[in-house]
Parts: sequence; structure tokens; C-alpha cells
Amino acid sequence: MKKLVAIAVLVCLFPLAMQAIDQGFYISFATRILIYAMAAASLNLVLGYGGMVSFGHAAFFGAGAYIVGILAVEGITSVWLVWPAAIAVAALAALVIGAISLRTRGVYFIMITLAFAQMMYYIFVSMKAYGGDDGLSLPSRSTGLGVSLSNDFTWYYLVLVLLGIILFLLHRLLGSRFGRVIEAIRENETRATAIGYPVYRYKLLCFVISGAIAGLAGALIANQTSYVGPALLHWVQSGTLMVMVILGGVGRFWGGPVGAAVLLLLEELFSGSPLLGPFALHWQLPVGAILLAVVLFAPRGIAGAFAKKPQ
Amino acid sequence: MLSLRNLSKRFGGVVAVDRVNLDVAPGEVHAMIGPNGAGKTTLVSQISGSVSSDEGQISFQGRDITKAKPYERVRLGLARSHQITSIFRRFSVLDNLALAVQARRGSSFSFWRPVAAERALFDEARGLAARVGLAEKVEALASTLAHGEQRALEVGLALATQPRLVLLDEPMAGMGPEESQRMIALIGRLRGGVTVLLVEHDMDAVFRLADRITVLVNGRVIASGRPAEIRADKDVRRAYLGDELAA
Repeated sequence: MKKLVAIAVLVCLFPLAMQAIDQGFYISFATRILIYAMAAASLNLVLGYGGMVSFGHAAFFGAGAYIVGILAVEGITSVWLVWPAAIAVAALAALVIGAISLRTRGVYFIMITLAFAQMMYYIFVSMKAYGGDDGLSLPSRSTGLGVSLSNDFTWYYLVLVLLGIILFLLHRLLGSRFGRVIEAIRENETRATAIGYPVYRYKLLCFVISGAIAGLAGALIANQTSYVGPALLHWVQSGTLMVMVILGGVGRFWGGPVGAAVLLLLEELFSGSPLLGPFALHWQLPVGAILLAVVLFAPRGIAGAFAKKPQ
Repeated sequence: MLSLRNLSKRFGGVVAVDRVNLDVAPGEVHAMIGPNGAGKTTLVSQISGSVSSDEGQISFQGRDITKAKPYERVRLGLARSHQITSIFRRFSVLDNLALAVQARRGSSFSFWRPVAAERALFDEARGLAARVGLAEKVEALASTLAHGEQRALEVGLALATQPRLVLLDEPMAGMGPEESQRMIALIGRLRGGVTVLLVEHDMDAVFRLADRITVLVNGRVIASGRPAEIRADKDVRRAYLGDELAA
């Protein structure tokens, strides 16, 4: 608990410190981490707690982002409209994809979620009216909260509050009856069925909730970069989210946020030239080595390695 | 209570269960015996709904459940335990049982209230733990239990659903003599309250517990009746019991 408070204080004071030393860039970078923390936490819900290895999570993340982009092009920028729309569309996509994919198991589930995500990717690539291959730039960040979201400082705190709300909701969810059932299904689906749970419904609802949260994270990333492109839905994006969860800790409450922070920090560290010089072009190599080390030596992830009791 | 009519199941060319007729009366302990590969577990899975039937009809308390989903059958009061222990290994004994109680009591589409605060679930789970002899082990992780204790938990999970009929698939599989005695006593205590369909290899247990016995060989019922009748049946002796009873 003490650790948590310390981290919360640090996260809250970070932009003030950066502003004081005139390093505004890092505020924006930290906001990116917060957004990916939300996306990774949503993936951890299905992957870590529900045991559903979805390799298509970028579909929901990207759909949320594109809704914000498309609505912005159409002149709708109020957060009260675009965020709920992003969440709803991502949830709907998760409902359709989940309803079909969850009839399969294991490696088939991985492949079918991947296939659906790639289908979504090509749908957005083919939408010439909304940028096609090139993606589209948003004229401005969303509006409607009475403050300018174009200010990185304000934006950081807004994203932080949203992440806090989402994590709190996830925490309640995982401790509730529903959360127990989800974990039980992961542990032993046959048994969960045999004691009277309609497991398909629980898995589907879990998948939809996860997709909805990913949609919100997507909406935020669209605002963050003022740009949406098909790369947001590419399978590499799904892979990145998965790597974050694995790095942070599969089925660990803080696994998603920790993984997102660590991966983005490593990427930043190794892709900038001060550390590696000309080799910075190949930043994936050291990041890959670290990932390998985590998987080999801390199979419960970074959050798992620091947790006191095994979960 | 439970009746099977001409129930069949084929896996490819193999007929696992061949036009089985079976009636289980309310309150009885009905044992099903037969050599390995006779189709006993397939039959149990057909009754519980985890394996679909190719032909025939299953009715439970007068209701046709041939096409019912497994969880629907559980809600009607039909539970099972598994031959190969199937429990939530990373949950504590108490959480295992509370989860099974939760399936029956109220909706589990509840997302806000901490389940840990639901005293009623855990009180009932504690009662169940005591009933299957695990009162001392409620806080232990299921994976750390001894084999016999895991088997007891397996049966406890089935009982937590408050079944009217419980299908016990080799509850004594792999147990030592002492553990078996405890399980026999547990099943004995069910008599009257819960109807039991017991699949078991342990003949001692079967003849001590069963009110009636059905013998399955190569997917077919070759005999069905009271223990004394089964003991005397020529076909049964030849097909299955021979050695043990001749001795």
C-alpha cells in the first residue's frame, strides 16, 4: 500500500517537475505511457484473468482511435460524444468478434482473433474518405470539458484520472462474483461448466468489457497524437500490447500498467542515440534481450516478481 | 428419477455406448460397473451433457434433457464429479466450494460488490468442507491437498450445487484403503438425501453401498438388479466379476 501511495504521488507530481525543469516533451511521453497502461490493462483482463489469448486486441484499440478521427473529420469533437462512441463501437466489435472467436479454443482462438483484427486493419486501409493508407490528422484534440485539452499539462491529468477510474473499476470487477467466475473459467473451464456456469456468456462479456476499455484507450491515443493511422490496428500493435502484459505480469493486477511503462521506457531509452549511438536504429535488439530475460528469470512478470505472495 | 432410453454414442467407428436403457430410482445408490473401456465415463458424460448423444433419450425428473446444456442440467439438480480430479487448483478449498455455491445462489453477473464480503457463500462453503472431511483444510490451496483430499473436494464441488442426483465417476480412483473407507462413509451418508449414480471399480465399495447395480460391457447393459442378483448372474461372472467372486 505504501508503495502504491508513493507511486501515485510520483505520478501526480511528475508533470509539475517536468514543467519546472522545462522538459515538456516528457509530459507528453508520460501521457502515452498512461494510455498504453490502460490498453494493456484491458488486454490483461482477457489474457491474464480470463485466460483468453487474444491476438487481436489492436482491433478494439484502433477502432476507438478511428471513431475519434472520423468524428473529428465530420466536425464532432465533444468528448461527451466521441468517447462514448469510441467505447460503444469497440464494445460492439468485441461482441461480434468474441461471439464467433470464443467458440474456438487454444491456438485456434489466437489465430481467429488475429484474423479478425487484420480484417479490421484492411477495412480501415480501404476507407479512402478517411485517409486510407495514410491515416488522417485530427484538426484538434477533443473538446467539451471546459478546459483546453490541447494543453499537454491538462491532458496528462485528464488521462491520469481516466486511467485511475478504469483501474478502480477493474479492481472492483476482479473482486466481484463475476471476477471470480472469470478466473475459475481460466483455471478449469470443464469444472466451471460442471458446477453450473454458462461459461461462454461469461467469457463473451469479459471480452466485451475488455474491448470497450481498449476502445477508450484508443480514443485517447488518437487525441494524444492528433493522428490516426491503420498502424494502430496492425497485428504488430496487438503484439506490442501482448508483450506489455507478459513483461508486466500476466494475470497480475499491475501487470498491464507496469509492462506498458517498462516497454515504452526501454524503447525510448534504446531508440534515442545517446545510449547506443548509431546502433539505436536497432533498438528492438536490446529490448528483445530484456524481454527474453524477464520471461526466463521472472516468468510471473515484473509486477509478479515484486509481489509478496504468489497469486 | 433418471431414465435413459436407447442411448447411444459413437466415436468414429467405435460404438462406446450402445442403446443403453437405465432407470435410477429416487433416493437409491445405483452403481454402474464394468471393465475398462465399457463406456461408463462416456455414459456419465452423456448424462451430464458434456458429451452429446447420437441417439436415444435422457429424462430427468420427467423432463426430457437430451438436448439441455450442461449448466442447465446442473440447475435442474444433476451434478457430477470427474474420474480425473477436476478442481480449481490455484483456489483455496473454501474458494473452490464458495464458487460452486455462488453458481446456485443469485446471479454471478455482479460486477461491483466484493465476493469476499458475502458471508452466506462462505458459511455454506464451510459447511460443505466439513461434510466432505476438509474442515481443517479450508484455507489450503487445492493444489497442495493430498490425493484423497482432492478427491473429496471433487465430490464436494458436486454437492455444493445441491443436486438431486449426483453422478460420481470413480470417486475412489487412486485412493488408499483408508481414504476409500472415508469416501465410502461419505457416499453412505448421502443416501436418502441425494440420489447417487456411482461408477466404481472398487467392488468392496460397490457391494457395500449399492441398492442396485447395472453392469456395462462393451457399451451395453448386460445385467441390472440388486447386488445379490448381480453376484449370481452368469453373464456378469463370465464377463467381469469372475475372478473376484470365485475367490
